[in-house]
Amino acid sequence: MKVSLFITCLSDIFFPEVGRSVVSILERNGVEVDVPLTQTCCGQPAYNSGYVKDARKAAKQTIKAFQSSEYVVAPSGSCAAMVRHYYPDMFEGDPEWSAKAAQLADKTFEFTEFVVRVLGIDDVGAVCEDSAAYHQSCHMSRGLGVRSEPVQLLSRVEGLEMKELPYCQDCCGFGGTFASKMSAISEAMVDEKIRHLESTGANMLIGSDMGCLMNIAGRLRRTGKNIQTMHIAEVLAKGMAT
Amino acid sequence: MNLQAADFKARAKEALNDTQLQRAVPFVQDRLRSGRVQAAEALGNVEEWRELLSEIRMDTIDNLDSYLEQLAGNVRANGGHVHFASKAADAVSIVSRIAEENGARKIVKAKSMITEEIHLNKHLEEQGLSVIETDLGEYILQLAGEKPSHIISPALHKRRGEIAELFSQAAGRKLSEDTSELCAFAREHLREAFMEADIGITGCNFAVAESGTVVLVSNEGNARLTTSLPKIHIAIMGMERIVPTWNELDLALTMLTRSATGQKISVYVTGISGPRQAGDLDGPEQFHLIIVDNGRSDILATAYKEVLKCIRCGACMNVCPIYRHVGGHAYGSVYSGPIGAVLDPLLEGYETAKELPYASSLCGACTEVCPVKIPLHDLLIEHRKDEVEQGYTPQMEKMSFGAFGFMASHPAVYSKAAKIASAGTTLWAKDGYISGGPGLLAGWTAGRDLPQPAKQSFRDWWKEKGGARDE
Repeated sequence: MKVSLFITCLSDIFFPEVGRSVVSILERNGVEVDVPLTQTCCGQPAYNSGYVKDARKAAKQTIKAFQSSEYVVAPSGSCAAMVRHYYPDMFEGDPEWSAKAAQLADKTFEFTEFVVRVLGIDDVGAVCEDSAAYHQSCHMSRGLGVRSEPVQLLSRVEGLEMKELPYCQDCCGFGGTFASKMSAISEAMVDEKIRHLESTGANMLIGSDMGCLMNIAGRLRRTGKNIQTMHIAEVLAKGMAT
Repeated sequence: MNLQAADFKARAKEALNDTQLQRAVPFVQDRLRSGRVQAAEALGNVEEWRELLSEIRMDTIDNLDSYLEQLAGNVRANGGHVHFASKAADAVSIVSRIAEENGARKIVKAKSMITEEIHLNKHLEEQGLSVIETDLGEYILQLAGEKPSHIISPALHKRRGEIAELFSQAAGRKLSEDTSELCAFAREHLREAFMEADIGITGCNFAVAESGTVVLVSNEGNARLTTSLPKIHIAIMGMERIVPTWNELDLALTMLTRSATGQKISVYVTGISGPRQAGDLDGPEQFHLIIVDNGRSDILATAYKEVLKCIRCGACMNVCPIYRHVGGHAYGSVYSGPIGAVLDPLLEGYETAKELPYASSLCGACTEVCPVKIPLHDLLIEHRKDEVEQGYTPQMEKMSFGAFGFMASHPAVYSKAAKIASAGTTLWAKDGYISGGPGLLAGWTAGRDLPQPAKQSFRDWWKEKGGARDE
């Protein structure tokens, strides 16, 4: 099986270890991974800010980059949701691009969704002696309906004690440019998320979207709190037999 | 809360610093939203109910003309008067005229968002009429000189101590914070108002077209007293608050009360089909129905049409994390929360409400709970799109996204730009993190650290690994 990695701009620029973890997990499970380097950004920041024309440019580039791919996998529920839900909308009424957008939407998956649903694997053989809570990011849970897959994968990680996060369905306050434009409200939201996280007593917060994690980690660091954040792929790649 | 504060952000900041509001809003929100979750579970197939109600509401909106005609015909046949008001001012002047023609002085009101929308009280009071709100929450707000901060729990931001103070002032004696003492005062005071009132004004939760009936949903009984004691009853409705028959009403009520408070049904559901008939023991001598457009028909032909399906349950506010942190007044408009952020710019225009579509992280919690499936967070994006097109966004932002579009469609430029940005941020970085900077960086780093871009990007690592597929 061949998979094209949709690395996403945040993972590419800020968190390359997330992409490396995804590659190693997929390869260890017999998947051939390639990375089309003509990919850029899914266009979500522009789309959500109302700049649809500019978002369409990014979307066309993404569609072109993955045109010949069999599967496209992204380590981000938010970017996968963008491709799956908004790409077809964005090109509605455009005969050439709407078909291409639909085609990409059909073969695009979030990483854990792909591992569990397509590869049919829920135990990747990871080991991680720690306690953690899992953050359900909004676009992944509400947009893609992917809620159980990451939890399933984490429940099979040896040594990992999972704690239930109260108000787990509530937004962490990221929301793309929202965090910058409405920073005071966003901070109040992330502070509440951190209070809930602290109440679990977990040492670590695991998520599937670097946007949310960057927000929560940034606030944790600023407020001097010692809770680690990690992308699920990093956790799953940990302790795997080399 | 200073409603005059210049903009949404300023009002939000004030709300964030209001310790009472910070305790009160989440407390009530938690109760209301857990009530909805339990009620949805008890219903079992809530998704099917949502789908069905959404279809019915859309079909009704699509055929609004004929249903309104049917409603008006039946109200008249029942002996009532029907008035169509195309603008807020028209609705206000119809009420004024009825008051004047009947020599009315005193008015009692049951809670109604549409009367807030048309600023009815202010205009009637300017005309020298006395207007008393009889819904307990609205009465509290009237004493405080405030507007509702929630569709169904208008005074949810108020705490008991503050209410005791307001009531003590109104009573002219010191009242304790004891709920029963406070309620006793309100009951006594409002009873007098009911007895003396010439006109009772209510809103309308739903109007049933097939029978010409106005249906009111309440938990206090004040709506019933408002409609039955004074000799004139005026019901005011937004033109979309219509259901074809009692069958659809059944479905709509089932979803309204469950979505709003988690109740299977509210304490009172009242159906009013016209004035007192010969042989009736009570009821008003005159019944007037004012059907208000106020910009709604302009929404019909737009991408926002689905917003007219709204049944005003407030479920979107009860789950909204923004509403949770800033409360309803921060929105600065009649309707707050996600539905307000969609509706207010449509009713008032971007000049006054242009910030509201950005008061959302687009988390979609609102869309998920809406009993009539309004794609609220998508409509917020639609507003942002329209604001961009109509030039309401800053030039700098426009240029930034223009540059983004160019880079995102030119991979080589994108890759270079990422490198340059990465190098550029070292200016503000310390120990691998950035805690200051210009533009969007400033907003982000006001309360958060931002990691510095990685020394080696993923794509550089991939190239080094020799796995590139460069096409």
